[in-house]
Amino acid sequence: MSELKDLEITYDKPNWCPGCGDWAIWVSLKNAIVALNLNPWEVVLVSGIGCSSKLPYWVKTYGFNGLHGRPMPVAEGIKLANSGLTVIVIGGDGDQYGEGTNHLIHAARRNIDLTLIVHNNQIYGLTTGQYSPTTDIGEKNKATPTPTVEAPVNPLSLAISAGATFVARGFAGDHKRETDLIVEGVKHKGFSIIDSMQPCVTFNHKNTYTWFYERVYKVEEKGHNPKDKAKAFALAEQWPLRLPLKEGEKESIPTGIIYKEERLTWGDGILQIAQAPLVKQSVEEIDINPILEELK
Amino acid sequence: MNDIQWLIGGEAGYGIMTTGIMMSKIFTRLGLSVFDYVEYPSLIRGGHNAYYVRASDEEIYCQKRTVDILVALNRETIDKHKHELFENAAVIYDPDTIKVEPNEFASSVLLVPIPLLESTKQVGADKLMVNTVSVGASLALFYSDFEILRRIMEDTFGRKGENIVYLNVNTSKAGFDYVLKNFSKKFSVSFEKKPQKNILIGGAEAVAFGAIRAGLKFASIYPMTPINPILTTLVSSALKYSIVVKEPEDEISAISMAIGASFAGVRSMTATSGGGFSLMVESLGLSAQTETPLVIVEGMRPGPATGFPTWTEQGDLRFVMHAAQGDFPRIIIAPGDVSEAFSQTLHAFNLADKYQLPIIVLVDKYLMEGHATAPIENFKALSSKYRIERGKMLSDQETEGMVDYERYELTDDGISPRSIPGQKGGIGFSGSDEHDERGLYNEEADNRIKMMDKRFKKLEFAIREFPAPVLYGKKDAPLTIIAFGSSKMPIMQAMKWLEKEGIDANLLQVSYLAPFPGAAVERIIKSAKKTLVVEGNKTGQFEGLIREHTGLVVDHNFRKYDGRPFYPEEIVAKVKEILCQNLKI
Repeated sequence: MSELKDLEITYDKPNWCPGCGDWAIWVSLKNAIVALNLNPWEVVLVSGIGCSSKLPYWVKTYGFNGLHGRPMPVAEGIKLANSGLTVIVIGGDGDQYGEGTNHLIHAARRNIDLTLIVHNNQIYGLTTGQYSPTTDIGEKNKATPTPTVEAPVNPLSLAISAGATFVARGFAGDHKRETDLIVEGVKHKGFSIIDSMQPCVTFNHKNTYTWFYERVYKVEEKGHNPKDKAKAFALAEQWPLRLPLKEGEKESIPTGIIYKEERLTWGDGILQIAQAPLVKQSVEEIDINPILEELK
Repeated sequence: MNDIQWLIGGEAGYGIMTTGIMMSKIFTRLGLSVFDYVEYPSLIRGGHNAYYVRASDEEIYCQKRTVDILVALNRETIDKHKHELFENAAVIYDPDTIKVEPNEFASSVLLVPIPLLESTKQVGADKLMVNTVSVGASLALFYSDFEILRRIMEDTFGRKGENIVYLNVNTSKAGFDYVLKNFSKKFSVSFEKKPQKNILIGGAEAVAFGAIRAGLKFASIYPMTPINPILTTLVSSALKYSIVVKEPEDEISAISMAIGASFAGVRSMTATSGGGFSLMVESLGLSAQTETPLVIVEGMRPGPATGFPTWTEQGDLRFVMHAAQGDFPRIIIAPGDVSEAFSQTLHAFNLADKYQLPIIVLVDKYLMEGHATAPIENFKALSSKYRIERGKMLSDQETEGMVDYERYELTDDGISPRSIPGQKGGIGFSGSDEHDERGLYNEEADNRIKMMDKRFKKLEFAIREFPAPVLYGKKDAPLTIIAFGSSKMPIMQAMKWLEKEGIDANLLQVSYLAPFPGAAVERIIKSAKKTLVVEGNKTGQFEGLIREHTGLVVDHNFRKYDGRPFYPEEIVAKVKEILCQNLKI
């Protein structure tokens, strides 16, 4: 049980740029923790490196700020050691779709019961504006002398095909909806990913709030059934584009719960934690004499 | 005194490893001192595998050069190993599959032709079981009661069902009976069964057993030679001791998961070789910076890159010592034999928790994949004496009423009380950025100095519980050998042989390598008459370390980097060479 004030820290405040999408996700996450009635001490926020990964500093839960691209396996270790915790991974597009993609794929296929929130601003902000794995094709910035010819990573199709069982897209321009998605993602038993579009107001001059407002739509309003995998995949493939847009065309960006599936989680298959989390098991009086005797 | 070395050679895929262990087990149950060592190439089928088992009725420490019983499963084995045959050696082979000329061996060599393949057919076994026939045949050369092998077969294969036991017993019995009938008492050595006090344990098993006893709850290990037996040993005990053992997607994930589990409050470990450790390097620094306890086993093999994957070397000492950006405290421990692999792993887990930093247990292929006998009572005594010490880890009661807990609180010993997620009053933050006492990023100069000094302060207290480097042998010996890690085994053997010839040398074994015990090593070197550093790498990594920390230059060195372990014969020769030089002067 928690209230918003329980999640506030008093000695510091976020240092994101005014208007950054990270603010909205920060607020949404705190609202979600309250809405979910979670005890702050039973929540662990694990992050990598980047603007978004600073988020755990400013929420009063347990926090672990690790290395670029590597929060996922740290989070997996935490969850396996103490399955009673709510573990939420915070990362950016560089963190999760560049440096740490391998971990994302494997966490998804294992269906470990944790939630990944990716602050996807399609740019490297903290390093002052280089293109990222999700930068739109055809964009030009300081890391490419000509417009980029690399097709962006499609986080949603990647997650579905890797085996994630809750795949959603949020948008920082609608924090109430982002809150709801986080709530649903955390409630879901299994691997949840919420790809959260989050305009970088300083370095990404293309994918702005206005740009998104003109293109996002809610999949539930089109009657989407998240359990329909083929349809989910088709929706995921709508955006980002792998070819430059033709003259006169405009992107259509689906948001909401794209895909959902019930499947055994990684933890469900581990007999050693069926009775109690590892951390609650006694390590007193470990007797190795029987296994020593076997070596006679 | 009887001291023999048995060797089986053949193609990979013919059960050479299983046969080797079986032979080691026979000698162990005869109450002998045993050491085994395997050479094999990096492939699954084909290629030449050679498994050496040495056994003696007095204490031995390692393999030796000469072979007394050679089991040749193919002609290549004879070609490759006949020069290793000692006088009165026996050669077991199948005359139906291998052509052997009697005059290609010394006259004292006993040829033992056995229809290995035919024997498998007669008992209805697969032809791949020729190795099993050869175990029985080998046994009959030096011992006349088959019961010992029958029991081993039952113990080894009992879980796989009666039929497998039946086949193994009968194939080996066929070899045993054939040799007993046709070659009885023709071999020069026979053993009497003595009371068995030893177990046969591999270096990797000893590490794994140490970890289990230390209360390990989580291990994430990506397979890599030579630490794979740690993974398999932990897995086979995982349910019994309720340990979660996972094989993650890569070594970065392996170390990260272990850090996560440790952060959440359980004892955790990972293991790898140099290549995998290269991937772990950044996270090694993460463990130190976030002050998350961690035990990492690094099993050295010759590098760089893929190098010499299934061979041995001691070439990663400087690597593990300096790996990762920046200055941070770490502890490196290099056990020298199976007993130390066990006891020092036990200690590693306590050190990690008490000082909240990464501990590297530095081993190598030679120690990991070899087996040796050791008194079971020693292991039991270490086990019963052991106390799990978790240092300043806060209990649920202690955190209950806490407010404004600070994860990196500055203390006199540099160690901050540690809460774990789930504890109500212990909410705290662990950060990889330089941080203040709360864990919040902080870029102030004075805070940086405080935090760096805090982390290093822990080492001042940790080294107080390091055991002093051990000097084996006579204090006033004319030569002091200095070594770390598995070189201890052939050096101890060499010292024993030298002693029999009336030559004394002693050994300064440095197991706790970082922080380096400079003062203790300096004292011993200064009182030594002559010094010789023995290490398995090209550039003298350990020798340089001694100079760095003592300012002293050792007199001689013996380095090896051909992928093979040191042989006691080589060390004996080196010692004699040095001492003879002294005489000339």
